[in-house]
Amino acid sequence: MKAQYPKKIIYHLMVGGLAVLLLYPVIWLLMSSFKVSEQIFITADSLIPNPFVFSNYVQGWEGFGDYGFGVFIKNTMIFVLLVLLGHLLSCSLIAFGFARLQFVGRRFWFAIMIMTLMLPYEVVMIPQYIIFAQLDWLNSLKPLVVPAYFGHPFFIFLLVQFIRTIPRELDEAAIIDGCNIFSVYTRIILPLIVPALATTAIFTFYWTWDNLLGPVLYLNSPSKYTVSMALNMFLSNETVSNWGAMFAMSIVSLIPVFVIFFIFQRYVVEGISTSGLKG
Amino acid sequence: MQSNLKQNLWGYFFIGPFIIGFLAFTIIPILASFYFSFTSYDLFTTPQWIGLENFKKMFTEDPRYLHSLRITFIYVFVGVPLRLGFALLVAMLLNTASRAVGLYRTLYYLPSLIGGSVAVAIMWRNIFGDEGIVNLALMTIGIDAVRWFGNPTAALWMLIFLSVWQFGSSMLIFLAGLKSIPHSYYEAASVDGASFLQKFTRITIPMLSPVILFNAIMQTIAAFMTFVPAFIISKGTGGPLDGTLLYSLYLFKQGFEFFHMGYASAMAWVMLIIIAILTSLIFFSSRFWVHYESEGGR
Repeated sequence: MKAQYPKKIIYHLMVGGLAVLLLYPVIWLLMSSFKVSEQIFITADSLIPNPFVFSNYVQGWEGFGDYGFGVFIKNTMIFVLLVLLGHLLSCSLIAFGFARLQFVGRRFWFAIMIMTLMLPYEVVMIPQYIIFAQLDWLNSLKPLVVPAYFGHPFFIFLLVQFIRTIPRELDEAAIIDGCNIFSVYTRIILPLIVPALATTAIFTFYWTWDNLLGPVLYLNSPSKYTVSMALNMFLSNETVSNWGAMFAMSIVSLIPVFVIFFIFQRYVVEGISTSGLKG
Repeated sequence: MQSNLKQNLWGYFFIGPFIIGFLAFTIIPILASFYFSFTSYDLFTTPQWIGLENFKKMFTEDPRYLHSLRITFIYVFVGVPLRLGFALLVAMLLNTASRAVGLYRTLYYLPSLIGGSVAVAIMWRNIFGDEGIVNLALMTIGIDAVRWFGNPTAALWMLIFLSVWQFGSSMLIFLAGLKSIPHSYYEAASVDGASFLQKFTRITIPMLSPVILFNAIMQTIAAFMTFVPAFIISKGTGGPLDGTLLYSLYLFKQGFEFFHMGYASAMAWVMLIIIAILTSLIFFSSRFWVHYESEGGR
Protein backbone atom coordinates (compact mmCIF):
# COMPACT_ATOMS: atom_id res chain seq x y z
CA MET A 1 0.00 0.00 0.00
CA LYS A 2 2.70 2.46 1.02
CA ALA A 3 4.44 2.34 -2.36
CA GLN A 4 1.33 3.89 -3.88
CA TYR A 5 1.65 7.19 -2.03
CA PRO A 6 4.42 8.83 -4.12
CA LYS A 7 2.50 7.88 -7.27
CA LYS A 8 -0.64 9.50 -5.86
CA ILE A 9 1.23 12.66 -4.91
CA ILE A 10 2.71 12.98 -8.41
CA TYR A 11 -0.76 12.48 -9.89
CA HIS A 12 -2.33 15.21 -7.75
CA LEU A 13 0.59 17.57 -8.35
CA MET A 14 0.23 17.09 -12.08
CA VAL A 15 -3.56 17.23 -12.37
CA GLY A 16 -3.94 19.95 -9.74
CA GLY A 17 -1.07 21.97 -11.20
CA LEU A 18 -2.62 21.86 -14.66
CA ALA A 19 -5.95 23.04 -13.22
CA VAL A 20 -4.24 26.00 -11.52
CA LEU A 21 -2.40 26.84 -14.74
CA LEU A 22 -5.63 26.80 -16.75
CA LEU A 23 -7.54 28.90 -14.26
CA TYR A 24 -4.69 31.32 -13.60
CA PRO A 25 -5.93 33.89 -16.16
CA VAL A 26 -9.33 34.05 -14.44
CA ILE A 27 -7.71 34.40 -11.01
CA TRP A 28 -5.42 37.08 -12.45
CA LEU A 29 -8.45 38.95 -13.86
CA LEU A 30 -10.19 38.76 -10.48
CA MET A 31 -7.19 39.96 -8.47
CA SER A 32 -6.33 42.67 -11.02
CA SER A 33 -9.84 44.08 -10.65
CA PHE A 34 -8.86 45.03 -7.07
CA LYS A 35 -5.68 46.83 -8.15
CA VAL A 36 -5.35 50.49 -9.00
CA SER A 37 -5.76 50.70 -12.80
CA GLU A 38 -2.30 52.19 -13.41
CA GLN A 39 -0.67 49.32 -11.53
CA ILE A 40 -2.40 46.41 -13.28
CA PHE A 41 0.23 45.90 -15.96
CA ILE A 42 3.17 47.19 -13.91
CA THR A 43 2.48 44.54 -11.27
CA ALA A 44 1.09 41.93 -13.69
CA ASP A 45 3.41 39.30 -12.21
CA SER A 46 1.85 39.58 -8.77
CA LEU A 47 -1.58 38.37 -7.75
CA ILE A 48 -1.73 40.43 -4.56
CA PRO A 49 -3.29 43.89 -5.00
CA ASN A 50 -1.37 46.50 -3.07
CA PRO A 51 -3.26 48.67 -2.21
CA PHE A 52 -6.44 46.62 -2.31
CA VAL A 53 -9.14 48.91 -3.78
CA PHE A 54 -12.83 48.67 -4.65
CA SER A 55 -12.77 51.84 -6.74
CA ASN A 56 -12.82 49.92 -10.03
CA TYR A 57 -16.15 48.39 -9.07
CA VAL A 58 -17.53 51.77 -8.07
CA GLN A 59 -16.32 53.39 -11.27
CA GLY A 60 -17.43 50.50 -13.49
CA TRP A 61 -20.84 50.36 -11.87
CA GLU A 62 -21.42 53.95 -12.98
CA GLY A 63 -21.46 52.59 -16.55
CA PHE A 64 -21.23 55.19 -19.28
CA GLY A 65 -23.42 57.93 -20.66
CA ASP A 66 -26.45 58.25 -18.43
CA TYR A 67 -26.76 54.56 -17.74
CA GLY A 68 -25.28 52.70 -14.82
CA PHE A 69 -24.19 49.08 -15.09
CA GLY A 70 -27.30 48.13 -13.07
CA VAL A 71 -29.44 49.14 -16.07
CA PHE A 72 -27.52 46.77 -18.33
CA ILE A 73 -27.90 43.94 -15.83
CA LYS A 74 -31.63 44.61 -15.57
CA ASN A 75 -31.95 44.65 -19.39
CA THR A 76 -30.08 41.35 -19.63
CA MET A 77 -32.22 39.78 -16.89
CA ILE A 78 -35.42 40.73 -18.72
CA PHE A 79 -33.97 39.39 -21.98
CA VAL A 80 -32.96 36.12 -20.32
CA LEU A 81 -36.28 35.64 -18.50
CA LEU A 82 -38.37 36.23 -21.62
CA VAL A 83 -36.30 33.77 -23.67
CA LEU A 84 -36.36 31.28 -20.79
CA LEU A 85 -40.15 31.38 -20.55
CA GLY A 86 -40.38 30.98 -24.32
CA HIS A 87 -38.10 27.93 -24.41
CA LEU A 88 -39.76 26.19 -21.47
CA LEU A 89 -43.28 26.61 -22.86
CA SER A 90 -42.64 25.96 -26.54
CA CYS A 91 -39.99 23.26 -26.31
CA SER A 92 -41.94 21.11 -23.84
CA LEU A 93 -45.11 21.42 -25.94
CA ILE A 94 -43.35 20.53 -29.19
CA ALA A 95 -41.31 17.74 -27.59
CA PHE A 96 -44.48 16.14 -26.18
CA GLY A 97 -45.99 16.18 -29.68
CA PHE A 98 -42.96 14.50 -31.23
CA ALA A 99 -42.39 11.99 -28.45
CA ARG A 100 -45.94 10.86 -27.71
CA LEU A 101 -48.43 11.56 -30.51
CA GLN A 102 -48.96 9.63 -33.72
CA PHE A 103 -49.84 11.86 -36.63
CA VAL A 104 -49.26 12.10 -40.35
CA GLY A 105 -45.93 13.79 -41.12
CA ARG A 106 -44.37 13.27 -37.70
CA ARG A 107 -41.18 11.70 -39.08
CA PHE A 108 -40.91 14.38 -41.74
CA TRP A 109 -41.12 17.28 -39.29
CA PHE A 110 -38.78 15.56 -36.85
CA ALA A 111 -36.18 15.18 -39.60
CA ILE A 112 -36.65 18.86 -40.51
CA MET A 113 -36.08 19.80 -36.88
CA ILE A 114 -32.86 17.79 -36.68
CA MET A 115 -31.67 19.50 -39.86
CA THR A 116 -32.26 22.98 -38.44
CA LEU A 117 -29.97 21.92 -35.58
CA MET A 118 -27.06 22.06 -38.02
CA LEU A 119 -28.05 25.27 -39.80
CA PRO A 120 -25.57 28.13 -39.30
CA TYR A 121 -27.23 31.28 -37.98
CA GLU A 122 -25.38 33.32 -40.62
CA VAL A 123 -27.63 31.89 -43.36
CA VAL A 124 -30.80 33.31 -41.84
CA MET A 125 -29.23 36.34 -40.16
CA ILE A 126 -29.60 38.88 -43.00
CA PRO A 127 -33.16 38.00 -44.15
CA GLN A 128 -34.29 37.83 -40.52
CA TYR A 129 -32.86 41.30 -40.01
CA ILE A 130 -34.77 42.56 -43.05
CA ILE A 131 -38.03 40.94 -41.89
CA PHE A 132 -37.69 42.46 -38.41
CA ALA A 133 -36.83 45.82 -39.94
CA GLN A 134 -40.03 45.64 -42.04
CA LEU A 135 -42.02 44.84 -38.91
CA ASP A 136 -40.45 47.90 -37.28
CA TRP A 137 -39.01 45.72 -34.52
CA LEU A 138 -35.46 47.13 -34.64
CA ASN A 139 -34.03 48.56 -31.43
CA SER A 140 -36.32 46.37 -29.32
CA LEU A 141 -36.03 42.98 -27.66
CA LYS A 142 -38.73 41.49 -29.93
CA PRO A 143 -36.40 40.10 -32.65
CA LEU A 144 -34.32 38.45 -29.92
CA VAL A 145 -37.19 37.10 -27.84
CA VAL A 146 -40.13 36.23 -30.12
CA PRO A 147 -38.35 33.36 -31.97
CA ALA A 148 -37.82 31.65 -28.59
CA TYR A 149 -41.59 31.07 -28.37
CA PHE A 150 -41.42 28.80 -31.43
CA GLY A 151 -39.00 26.27 -29.99
CA HIS A 152 -35.27 25.66 -30.14
CA PRO A 153 -34.16 22.43 -31.88
CA PHE A 154 -31.49 21.50 -29.35
CA PHE A 155 -33.84 21.65 -26.37
CA ILE A 156 -36.73 20.01 -28.25
CA PHE A 157 -34.40 17.11 -29.03
CA LEU A 158 -33.21 16.93 -25.42
CA LEU A 159 -36.79 16.87 -24.10
CA VAL A 160 -37.96 14.31 -26.71
CA GLN A 161 -35.18 11.96 -25.57
CA PHE A 162 -36.19 12.48 -21.96
CA ILE A 163 -39.94 11.98 -22.51
CA ARG A 164 -39.23 8.72 -24.37
CA THR A 165 -37.82 7.27 -21.16
CA ILE A 166 -41.14 7.79 -19.33
CA PRO A 167 -43.37 4.66 -19.49
CA ARG A 168 -46.32 5.08 -21.86
CA GLU A 169 -48.52 3.15 -19.40
CA LEU A 170 -48.76 6.36 -17.37
CA ASP A 171 -50.34 8.22 -20.30
CA GLU A 172 -52.69 5.34 -21.06
CA ALA A 173 -53.83 5.09 -17.46
CA ALA A 174 -54.55 8.82 -17.40
CA ILE A 175 -56.56 8.58 -20.63
CA ILE A 176 -58.62 5.72 -19.17
CA ASP A 177 -59.24 7.89 -16.12
CA GLY A 178 -60.72 10.51 -18.43
CA CYS A 179 -57.83 12.88 -19.11
CA ASN A 180 -57.63 14.38 -22.58
CA ILE A 181 -54.29 14.61 -24.33
CA PHE A 182 -53.62 18.15 -23.17
CA SER A 183 -54.03 17.19 -19.53
CA VAL A 184 -51.73 14.20 -20.04
CA TYR A 185 -49.15 16.82 -21.06
CA THR A 186 -49.81 19.19 -18.19
CA ARG A 187 -50.49 16.69 -15.38
CA ILE A 188 -48.41 13.63 -16.24
CA ILE A 189 -45.52 14.60 -18.47
CA LEU A 190 -44.64 18.13 -17.33
CA PRO A 191 -44.07 17.19 -13.67
CA LEU A 192 -41.92 14.23 -14.72
CA ILE A 193 -39.62 16.16 -17.06
CA VAL A 194 -38.60 18.79 -14.53
CA PRO A 195 -34.93 17.67 -14.57
CA ALA A 196 -34.74 18.07 -18.36
CA LEU A 197 -36.56 21.41 -18.12
CA ALA A 198 -33.94 22.48 -15.58
CA THR A 199 -31.17 21.62 -18.06
CA THR A 200 -33.04 23.59 -20.74
CA ALA A 201 -33.39 26.57 -18.41
CA ILE A 202 -29.72 26.55 -17.37
CA PHE A 203 -28.34 26.38 -20.89
CA THR A 204 -30.85 28.94 -22.13
CA PHE A 205 -29.58 31.21 -19.39
CA TYR A 206 -25.94 30.71 -20.39
CA TRP A 207 -26.46 31.18 -24.10
CA THR A 208 -28.70 34.22 -23.71
CA TRP A 209 -26.55 35.85 -21.04
CA ASP A 210 -23.48 35.52 -23.29
CA ASN A 211 -25.24 36.40 -26.56
CA LEU A 212 -23.43 39.26 -28.26
CA LEU A 213 -24.22 39.03 -31.98
CA GLY A 214 -28.02 39.28 -31.51
CA PRO A 215 -27.95 42.39 -29.27
CA VAL A 216 -25.25 44.02 -31.47
CA LEU A 217 -27.51 43.56 -34.48
CA TYR A 218 -30.78 44.64 -32.94
CA LEU A 219 -30.20 47.05 -30.04
CA ASN A 220 -28.97 50.57 -30.80
CA SER A 221 -29.76 52.81 -27.84
CA PRO A 222 -27.53 52.49 -24.78
CA SER A 223 -30.61 52.42 -22.52
CA LYS A 224 -31.38 48.95 -23.97
CA TYR A 225 -27.86 47.53 -23.91
CA THR A 226 -27.17 44.11 -22.44
CA VAL A 227 -24.18 43.29 -20.25
CA SER A 228 -22.25 41.77 -23.20
CA MET A 229 -22.75 44.94 -25.23
CA ALA A 230 -21.81 47.16 -22.30
CA LEU A 231 -18.52 45.26 -21.92
CA ASN A 232 -17.93 45.68 -25.63
CA MET A 233 -18.52 49.42 -25.16
CA PHE A 234 -16.01 49.52 -22.30
CA LEU A 235 -13.51 47.95 -24.68
CA SER A 236 -14.13 50.39 -27.53
CA ASN A 237 -13.93 53.34 -25.12
CA GLU A 238 -10.76 51.84 -23.68
CA THR A 239 -8.41 54.63 -22.67
CA VAL A 240 -4.96 54.25 -21.23
CA SER A 241 -6.06 53.80 -17.68
CA ASN A 242 -9.58 52.40 -17.26
CA TRP A 243 -8.71 48.69 -17.45
CA GLY A 244 -9.66 48.40 -13.82
CA ALA A 245 -13.32 49.27 -14.37
CA MET A 246 -13.49 46.99 -17.40
CA PHE A 247 -11.97 44.10 -15.45
CA ALA A 248 -14.30 44.72 -12.52
CA MET A 249 -17.41 44.65 -14.69
CA SER A 250 -16.12 41.58 -16.54
CA ILE A 251 -15.98 39.84 -13.16
CA VAL A 252 -19.50 41.09 -12.32
CA SER A 253 -20.76 39.64 -15.61
CA LEU A 254 -19.31 36.23 -14.74
CA ILE A 255 -20.79 36.03 -11.24
CA PRO A 256 -24.31 34.87 -12.26
CA VAL A 257 -22.79 32.21 -14.53
CA PHE A 258 -20.70 30.82 -11.66
CA VAL A 259 -23.51 31.02 -9.10
CA ILE A 260 -25.94 29.11 -11.33
CA PHE A 261 -23.27 26.56 -12.14
CA PHE A 262 -22.48 25.84 -8.52
CA ILE A 263 -26.16 25.53 -7.55
CA PHE A 264 -27.17 23.33 -10.47
CA GLN A 265 -23.86 21.62 -11.19
CA ARG A 266 -25.43 18.18 -11.47
CA TYR A 267 -27.82 19.23 -14.25
CA VAL A 268 -25.06 20.98 -16.16
CA VAL A 269 -22.67 18.03 -16.05
CA GLU A 270 -25.43 15.55 -16.93
CA GLY A 271 -26.73 17.78 -19.70
CA ILE A 272 -23.33 17.81 -21.35
CA SER A 273 -22.35 14.21 -20.70
CA THR A 274 -25.62 12.72 -21.95
CA SER A 275 -26.65 14.97 -24.79
CA GLY A 276 -23.52 16.82 -25.79
CA LEU A 277 -24.88 20.29 -25.14
CA LYS A 278 -22.00 22.63 -25.58
CA GLY A 279 -21.17 24.54 -22.44
CA MET B 1 -60.22 4.80 -29.55
CA GLN B 2 -59.70 8.18 -31.05
CA SER B 3 -60.28 8.86 -34.70
CA ASN B 4 -57.35 9.54 -37.02
CA LEU B 5 -58.44 13.11 -37.65
CA LYS B 6 -58.46 13.89 -33.97
CA GLN B 7 -55.03 12.35 -33.50
CA ASN B 8 -53.62 14.44 -36.34
CA LEU B 9 -55.20 17.61 -34.97
CA TRP B 10 -53.66 17.00 -31.53
CA GLY B 11 -50.30 16.28 -33.12
CA TYR B 12 -50.27 19.49 -35.10
CA PHE B 13 -51.58 21.44 -32.12
CA PHE B 14 -48.49 20.40 -30.14
CA ILE B 15 -45.85 20.78 -32.84
CA GLY B 16 -47.65 23.78 -34.39
CA PRO B 17 -45.33 26.38 -32.82
CA PHE B 18 -42.35 24.61 -34.34
CA ILE B 19 -43.91 24.60 -37.84
CA ILE B 20 -44.90 28.27 -37.65
CA GLY B 21 -41.47 29.26 -36.34
CA PHE B 22 -39.74 27.10 -38.94
CA LEU B 23 -41.66 28.78 -41.77
CA ALA B 24 -41.28 32.32 -40.44
CA PHE B 25 -37.76 32.30 -39.02
CA THR B 26 -36.04 29.58 -41.03
CA ILE B 27 -37.49 28.59 -44.40
CA ILE B 28 -38.57 32.07 -45.60
CA PRO B 29 -35.21 33.59 -44.54
CA ILE B 30 -33.33 30.70 -46.22
CA LEU B 31 -35.16 31.25 -49.50
CA ALA B 32 -34.70 35.02 -49.22
CA SER B 33 -31.02 34.58 -48.47
CA PHE B 34 -30.71 32.29 -51.52
CA TYR B 35 -32.31 34.99 -53.70
CA PHE B 36 -30.17 37.81 -52.22
CA SER B 37 -27.02 35.84 -52.94
CA PHE B 38 -27.64 36.47 -56.65
CA THR B 39 -28.23 40.19 -56.16
CA SER B 40 -26.51 43.40 -55.28
CA TYR B 41 -28.42 44.71 -52.28
CA ASP B 42 -27.64 47.49 -49.81
CA LEU B 43 -30.74 47.14 -47.59
CA PHE B 44 -32.16 50.54 -48.62
CA THR B 45 -32.77 50.16 -52.36
CA THR B 46 -34.33 47.26 -54.31
CA PRO B 47 -32.05 44.26 -54.85
CA GLN B 48 -30.46 44.17 -58.34
CA TRP B 49 -30.16 40.74 -59.98
CA ILE B 50 -26.52 40.16 -60.90
CA GLY B 51 -26.50 36.38 -61.40
CA LEU B 52 -23.37 34.58 -60.19
CA GLU B 53 -21.36 37.80 -59.88
CA ASN B 54 -21.09 37.61 -56.05
CA PHE B 55 -19.70 34.08 -56.14
CA LYS B 56 -17.32 34.95 -58.94
CA LYS B 57 -16.08 37.98 -57.03
CA MET B 58 -15.46 35.93 -53.89
CA PHE B 59 -13.11 33.48 -55.53
CA THR B 60 -11.44 35.71 -58.12
CA GLU B 61 -11.51 39.35 -57.08
CA ASP B 62 -11.63 39.43 -53.28
CA PRO B 63 -8.29 38.45 -51.73
CA ARG B 64 -9.66 39.36 -48.29
CA TYR B 65 -12.34 36.70 -48.69
CA LEU B 66 -9.83 34.02 -49.68
CA HIS B 67 -7.61 35.07 -46.79
CA SER B 68 -10.53 34.88 -44.37
CA LEU B 69 -11.49 31.44 -45.66
CA ARG B 70 -7.89 30.25 -45.33
CA ILE B 71 -7.40 31.41 -41.74
CA THR B 72 -10.81 29.99 -40.77
CA PHE B 73 -9.72 26.59 -42.12
CA ILE B 74 -6.48 26.86 -40.14
CA TYR B 75 -8.46 27.86 -37.04
CA VAL B 76 -10.84 24.89 -37.45
CA PHE B 77 -8.37 22.19 -38.51
CA VAL B 78 -5.68 23.11 -35.98
CA GLY B 79 -7.97 24.18 -33.15
CA VAL B 80 -10.52 21.34 -33.15
CA PRO B 81 -8.02 18.41 -33.18
CA LEU B 82 -5.91 20.12 -30.49
CA ARG B 83 -9.00 20.73 -28.37
CA LEU B 84 -10.29 17.16 -28.76
CA GLY B 85 -6.85 15.68 -28.17
CA PHE B 86 -6.39 17.70 -25.02
CA ALA B 87 -9.94 16.85 -23.87
CA LEU B 88 -9.25 13.13 -24.34
CA LEU B 89 -5.91 13.32 -22.55
CA VAL B 90 -7.40 15.08 -19.52
CA ALA B 91 -10.44 12.79 -19.51
CA MET B 92 -8.11 9.78 -19.33
CA LEU B 93 -6.19 11.39 -16.47
CA LEU B 94 -9.45 11.93 -14.61
CA ASN B 95 -10.85 8.46 -15.27
CA THR B 96 -9.57 7.08 -11.98
CA ALA B 97 -11.18 6.16 -8.69
CA SER B 98 -9.63 9.12 -6.87
CA ARG B 99 -12.05 11.04 -4.66
CA ALA B 100 -10.76 14.38 -5.91
CA VAL B 101 -11.95 13.66 -9.47
CA GLY B 102 -15.24 15.50 -8.95
CA LEU B 103 -13.37 18.65 -7.96
CA TYR B 104 -10.89 18.41 -10.84
CA ARG B 105 -13.73 17.79 -13.29
CA THR B 106 -15.41 21.01 -12.15
CA LEU B 107 -12.19 23.02 -12.32
CA TYR B 108 -11.36 21.82 -15.84
CA TYR B 109 -14.89 22.51 -17.00
CA LEU B 110 -14.93 26.14 -15.80
CA PRO B 111 -13.09 27.65 -18.82
CA SER B 112 -15.65 26.02 -21.11
CA LEU B 113 -18.48 27.37 -18.97
CA ILE B 114 -17.40 30.99 -19.28
CA GLY B 115 -15.47 30.72 -22.55
CA GLY B 116 -18.12 32.15 -24.86
CA SER B 117 -18.52 35.36 -22.88
CA VAL B 118 -17.31 38.84 -23.73
CA ALA B 119 -15.60 38.98 -20.32
CA VAL B 120 -13.29 36.09 -21.21
CA ALA B 121 -12.48 37.56 -24.63
CA ILE B 122 -11.52 40.80 -22.86
CA MET B 123 -9.41 38.82 -20.41
CA TRP B 124 -7.70 36.96 -23.28
CA ARG B 125 -6.94 40.25 -25.02
CA ASN B 126 -5.25 41.51 -21.88
CA ILE B 127 -3.24 38.46 -20.86
CA PHE B 128 -1.75 38.35 -24.39
CA GLY B 129 -0.94 42.07 -24.39
CA ASP B 130 2.69 43.19 -24.72
CA GLU B 131 2.98 43.40 -20.92
CA GLY B 132 0.50 40.59 -20.27
CA ILE B 133 1.10 37.52 -18.14
CA VAL B 134 1.64 35.24 -21.15
CA ASN B 135 4.68 37.23 -22.22
CA LEU B 136 5.87 37.42 -18.61
CA ALA B 137 5.64 33.63 -18.38
CA LEU B 138 7.46 33.19 -21.71
CA MET B 139 10.29 35.45 -20.56
CA THR B 140 10.56 33.62 -17.23
CA ILE B 141 11.26 30.35 -19.04
CA GLY B 142 13.70 32.12 -21.34
CA ILE B 143 11.65 32.61 -24.50
CA ASP B 144 11.42 36.01 -26.19
CA ALA B 145 8.17 37.92 -25.70
CA VAL B 146 5.79 37.65 -28.65
CA ARG B 147 3.97 40.68 -30.00
CA TRP B 148 0.61 38.89 -30.23
CA PHE B 149 -1.13 41.94 -31.65
CA GLY B 150 1.71 42.86 -34.03
CA ASN B 151 1.74 39.73 -36.11
CA PRO B 152 -1.27 38.13 -37.89
CA THR B 153 -0.05 34.56 -37.35
CA ALA B 154 0.49 35.11 -33.63
CA ALA B 155 -2.95 36.71 -33.38
CA LEU B 156 -4.58 33.68 -35.01
CA TRP B 157 -2.74 31.39 -32.57
CA MET B 158 -4.12 33.51 -29.74
CA LEU B 159 -7.63 32.61 -30.96
CA ILE B 160 -6.67 28.94 -31.34
CA PHE B 161 -5.34 28.87 -27.76
CA LEU B 162 -8.60 30.36 -26.53
CA SER B 163 -10.52 27.61 -28.32
CA VAL B 164 -8.26 24.86 -26.90
CA TRP B 165 -8.56 26.38 -23.41
CA GLN B 166 -12.28 25.59 -23.58
CA PHE B 167 -11.83 21.84 -23.87
CA GLY B 168 -14.02 21.18 -20.81
CA SER B 169 -17.34 20.24 -22.39
CA SER B 170 -15.68 17.74 -24.76
CA MET B 171 -13.75 16.39 -21.78
CA LEU B 172 -17.02 15.75 -19.89
CA ILE B 173 -18.44 13.85 -22.88
CA PHE B 174 -15.23 11.78 -23.20
CA LEU B 175 -15.25 11.09 -19.47
CA ALA B 176 -18.81 9.74 -19.67
CA GLY B 177 -17.71 7.62 -22.64
CA LEU B 178 -14.64 6.27 -20.81
CA LYS B 179 -16.72 5.30 -17.79
CA SER B 180 -18.99 3.19 -19.99
CA ILE B 181 -16.09 1.00 -21.23
CA PRO B 182 -16.26 -2.25 -19.23
CA HIS B 183 -13.30 -2.64 -16.91
CA SER B 184 -13.03 -6.30 -17.80
CA TYR B 185 -11.75 -5.43 -21.31
CA TYR B 186 -8.66 -3.80 -19.85
CA GLU B 187 -8.18 -6.63 -17.34
CA ALA B 188 -8.37 -9.21 -20.09
CA ALA B 189 -5.86 -7.23 -22.16
CA SER B 190 -3.50 -6.96 -19.18
CA VAL B 191 -3.67 -10.70 -18.65
CA ASP B 192 -2.65 -11.14 -22.29
CA GLY B 193 0.30 -8.80 -21.68
CA ALA B 194 -0.92 -5.76 -23.62
CA SER B 195 1.04 -2.52 -23.14
CA PHE B 196 -0.57 0.80 -22.23
CA LEU B 197 -0.29 1.97 -25.83
CA GLN B 198 -1.89 -1.23 -27.13
CA LYS B 199 -4.77 -0.89 -24.69
CA PHE B 200 -5.20 2.73 -25.78
CA THR B 201 -5.26 2.03 -29.52
CA ARG B 202 -7.13 -1.32 -29.39
CA ILE B 203 -9.68 -0.68 -26.63
CA THR B 204 -10.01 2.99 -25.67
CA ILE B 205 -10.03 4.55 -29.14
CA PRO B 206 -12.38 2.03 -30.80
CA MET B 207 -14.79 2.03 -27.84
CA LEU B 208 -14.79 5.80 -27.75
CA SER B 209 -14.98 6.33 -31.51
CA PRO B 210 -18.75 7.09 -31.69
CA VAL B 211 -18.25 9.79 -29.05
CA ILE B 212 -15.22 11.15 -30.90
CA LEU B 213 -17.27 11.27 -34.10
CA PHE B 214 -20.06 13.20 -32.38
CA ASN B 215 -17.60 15.64 -30.82
CA ALA B 216 -15.68 16.11 -34.06
CA ILE B 217 -18.82 17.03 -36.00
CA MET B 218 -20.31 19.38 -33.40
CA GLN B 219 -17.00 21.13 -32.67
CA THR B 220 -16.14 21.56 -36.35
CA ILE B 221 -19.49 23.22 -37.06
CA ALA B 222 -19.24 25.43 -33.98
CA ALA B 223 -15.61 26.39 -34.73
CA PHE B 224 -16.50 27.37 -38.27
CA MET B 225 -19.07 29.81 -36.89
CA THR B 226 -16.80 31.38 -34.20
CA PHE B 227 -17.58 35.06 -33.89
CA VAL B 228 -17.35 36.58 -30.38
CA PRO B 229 -13.62 36.05 -29.64
CA ALA B 230 -12.52 37.36 -33.04
CA PHE B 231 -14.87 40.32 -32.75
CA ILE B 232 -13.82 41.29 -29.22
CA ILE B 233 -10.10 40.49 -29.38
CA SER B 234 -9.65 42.56 -32.56
CA LYS B 235 -12.14 45.23 -31.40
CA GLY B 236 -14.29 44.41 -34.43
CA THR B 237 -11.55 44.99 -36.99
CA GLY B 238 -10.34 41.44 -37.64
CA GLY B 239 -6.80 42.78 -37.30
CA PRO B 240 -3.83 42.86 -37.09
CA LEU B 241 -3.56 42.70 -40.90
CA ASP B 242 -6.77 40.62 -41.01
CA GLY B 243 -5.07 37.96 -38.88
CA THR B 244 -8.26 37.33 -36.86
CA LEU B 245 -10.74 38.00 -39.67
CA LEU B 246 -12.61 34.70 -39.23
CA TYR B 247 -15.35 33.89 -41.74
CA SER B 248 -18.26 34.95 -39.51
CA LEU B 249 -16.61 38.24 -38.68
CA TYR B 250 -15.92 39.05 -42.34
CA LEU B 251 -19.51 38.10 -43.22
CA PHE B 252 -20.79 40.36 -40.44
CA LYS B 253 -18.63 43.23 -41.66
CA GLN B 254 -19.70 42.79 -45.28
CA GLY B 255 -23.35 42.76 -44.24
CA PHE B 256 -23.62 45.27 -41.43
CA GLU B 257 -20.60 47.52 -41.90
CA PHE B 258 -20.40 47.82 -45.71
CA PHE B 259 -24.10 46.94 -46.27
CA HIS B 260 -23.22 44.44 -49.00
CA MET B 261 -26.21 42.28 -48.10
CA GLY B 262 -26.15 40.35 -51.39
CA TYR B 263 -22.46 39.54 -51.04
CA ALA B 264 -22.85 38.58 -47.37
CA SER B 265 -25.78 36.27 -48.27
CA ALA B 266 -23.64 34.61 -50.93
CA MET B 267 -20.91 34.16 -48.30
CA ALA B 268 -23.43 32.57 -45.94
CA TRP B 269 -24.44 30.08 -48.64
CA VAL B 270 -20.84 29.14 -49.35
CA MET B 271 -20.42 28.64 -45.58
CA LEU B 272 -23.48 26.38 -45.48
CA ILE B 273 -22.12 24.33 -48.39
CA ILE B 274 -18.67 24.05 -46.78
CA ILE B 275 -20.18 22.94 -43.46
CA ALA B 276 -22.39 20.41 -45.26
CA ILE B 277 -19.37 19.00 -47.13
CA LEU B 278 -17.23 18.84 -43.98
CA THR B 279 -19.98 17.13 -42.02
CA SER B 280 -20.57 14.54 -44.74
CA LEU B 281 -16.82 13.93 -45.10
CA ILE B 282 -16.56 13.22 -41.38
CA PHE B 283 -19.64 10.98 -41.62
CA PHE B 284 -18.38 9.03 -44.63
CA SER B 285 -14.91 8.64 -43.17
CA SER B 286 -16.50 7.34 -39.97
CA ARG B 287 -17.27 3.94 -41.53
CA PHE B 288 -13.54 3.34 -41.58
CA TRP B 289 -12.77 4.31 -38.00
CA VAL B 290 -15.94 4.35 -35.90
CA HIS B 291 -16.71 1.11 -34.12
CA TYR B 292 -20.23 0.27 -33.01
CA GLU B 293 -20.65 -2.45 -30.38
CA SER B 294 -23.89 -3.81 -31.84
CA GLU B 295 -22.19 -4.65 -35.15
CA GLY B 296 -19.77 -6.90 -33.31
CA GLY B 297 -16.75 -4.90 -34.45
CA ARG B 298 -14.94 -4.98 -37.77
